[in-house]
Amino acid sequence: MADAPAQDGALLAIAHITKRFTARDGDVLAVDDFSFDVAEGEFVSIIGPSGCGKSTLFNIVGGLIGDYSGSVTVAGERITATHPAIGMVFQEESTFPWRTVVDNVAFPLEIAGVARGERLSRAAHFVAMVGLAGFETRYPNELSGGMRQRVAIARTLASQPRILLMDEPFAALDEQTRVLLGDKVQKIQQALKQTTLLITHNLTEAVQLSDRVLVMTYRPGRLKRVVNIHLPHPRSAEIVESEAFGHYVAEIWRDLREEANRGIEDTEARAREHAK
Amino acid sequence: MRSDVQARVAGAATLVGALCLVEALIRAGAINRFVVPLPSQILAAIPRIVDEEHVLARFGQTSLEVLWASVLLVVVGIPLGVLLHRLRIARAAFETWVGALAAAPLVLMYPLFLVLFGRSTTTIVMIGFAAGLAPVILKTLEGLVSTREVLLDVGRSFRLTPRQQFTKILLPAALPAVFVGMRLALIFAMINIVGVEFLINFGGLGQLVNELAERYDLPGMYAAILFVVAVSVVFYDLTARLERWLRPNG
Repeated sequence: MADAPAQDGALLAIAHITKRFTARDGDVLAVDDFSFDVAEGEFVSIIGPSGCGKSTLFNIVGGLIGDYSGSVTVAGERITATHPAIGMVFQEESTFPWRTVVDNVAFPLEIAGVARGERLSRAAHFVAMVGLAGFETRYPNELSGGMRQRVAIARTLASQPRILLMDEPFAALDEQTRVLLGDKVQKIQQALKQTTLLITHNLTEAVQLSDRVLVMTYRPGRLKRVVNIHLPHPRSAEIVESEAFGHYVAEIWRDLREEANRGIEDTEARAREHAK
Repeated sequence: MRSDVQARVAGAATLVGALCLVEALIRAGAINRFVVPLPSQILAAIPRIVDEEHVLARFGQTSLEVLWASVLLVVVGIPLGVLLHRLRIARAAFETWVGALAAAPLVLMYPLFLVLFGRSTTTIVMIGFAAGLAPVILKTLEGLVSTREVLLDVGRSFRLTPRQQFTKILLPAALPAVFVGMRLALIFAMINIVGVEFLINFGGLGQLVNELAERYDLPGMYAAILFVVAVSVVFYDLTARLERWLRPNG
C-alpha cells in the first residue's frame, strides 16, 4: 500500500478514514485506512474503478456522511459536518430547475444574506468565468448537460470555498465535451489558485487536470499508489495528444486495470449469486 | 407563437364543427330534440337566462364557493401533505386512508353536512373542500417525496437551516406536483359544489340547472350548464397562470 506524502501546512488533511456499511449480506468495508493531504492551490484527483468507495470518500470529506473512523481537517480544524471551507460539486445534475442560471449561481450568496443587487453581479462574474455569459436568464432545461454542470460549478465557486470538492462532475458527458470542459476547469483552477479535490474514474481527466493522482483499490477502497503529474501549466485540451500525457495515462492504467478487473469479477460473481 | 394560435383556432373550429354536427343530426331527426335541444336554441337562450334568471350573479356565487373551497384546500391540504411527509409514522398510518377518501363519493354524505352546517353556502363550500382534499394531500406528499436527493445534498452542502431546506428546495421542487393536485382537487370540488347546489336546491348554478330542468326549459338548462363549464375554464386558467408565476419554468 502506498502513502500519499504528507505536505507541510496542508490545507486539507485526511487521516486514516475507515468506513463500514451494513448491507443485507453482511458488513461492507467501503473505505479502509485512507490518508492523504492536499496543499493550498493544489489539484489532486482520486481515481478508482466503479464501486471502490470514491463517492463514500467524497461524502465523508464533504461532511455529508458521519459515523466513520479517522479524521478530516481543514487548516488544522477538525470537520465533522458540512463546512463553509468545502464547496461540493455533485456527479448528478444538481442545478435547481426553477431558477435561472444567474439565480442558481447566486444561491449560496442568497443563503449568506447578500443583497440581491450585489449577489446578482457577483453571480454574473462566476457565470462568465465558466463561459456562460449571455445565458444568465436561461433556465437549466434550456441548456445542455455540460452547460448545466458548469452552472453547478459556478454556483459552488460563488460560495468561495477554500477547497473545491468534485465528484465525477463530467461523468454524464461525452468524451469530447469532457476534455474541453476539463480545459476550462483547469484554467479556472489556475486563475483562482483554487485548491481542488476531484473524484473520478476517468484517466484522461485525472491526468489533464491534476498535480497528483491517487489511485484507489477496488473494495475496500485503499490508497494504492500516488502519481505526481509533472506536466507544465497551463494545460490546454491539446495536451492529451502529447507523448508525456500518454505515458502518465499508461502508468496509471497499469495500476487501475487490475482493480477494474477485480471490480468486474466481483460484480459478476455477486450477480451470479443473486440469480441462484 | 404561431403554433399556439393554430392550436387555439383548431380547438375552436373542432367545437364549432361538433355543434354544427349535433345541430344537423337533431334537425335530421337522428337525435330527439325533446332530449337534446338545438345548439342554436341553447345559444339563443343565453340572453334570456342572463336577464330573467340572473345567471351572472349565480355564476359569481358558484365561483365564490369554488374560490373559498380552493383557499381551504391550499391552507389545509398542502400543510397536511407536508405533515405526512415530515412524520413518517403519520404517513404510514394515514396515506392509505387518504387514498380511500379520494375514491369516496362524498357528495352522498350531503345530509350529514346539512345537519352540521345547515342549508347554507358553508355546506356547499365544505363538501367541495372535502371532495378535493385527498388529491392535494397525496400530490403534495408525492412532490415532496420525489424531490431528488442530490438537490437536498446541495442544500446540506450550503448548510441550509431546516426551514431554508424546506422553503428554498423542497417546496419549489414539489410545486409542479402540488399544482397537479390542486387542479385535480378543483375538478372534484367543482363537480361536488354544483352537484350539492343541485341536490339541496340552494345557491348558484347548480340550483338554476335544477330549476330549469324542473320547468323543462331544456335550452335554458343547457345554457346554464355552459356557465358551469365557464367556471371550470376560469379556475383552470387561474391555476395555470399562478403556476407560471410561481414556477416560470416548471
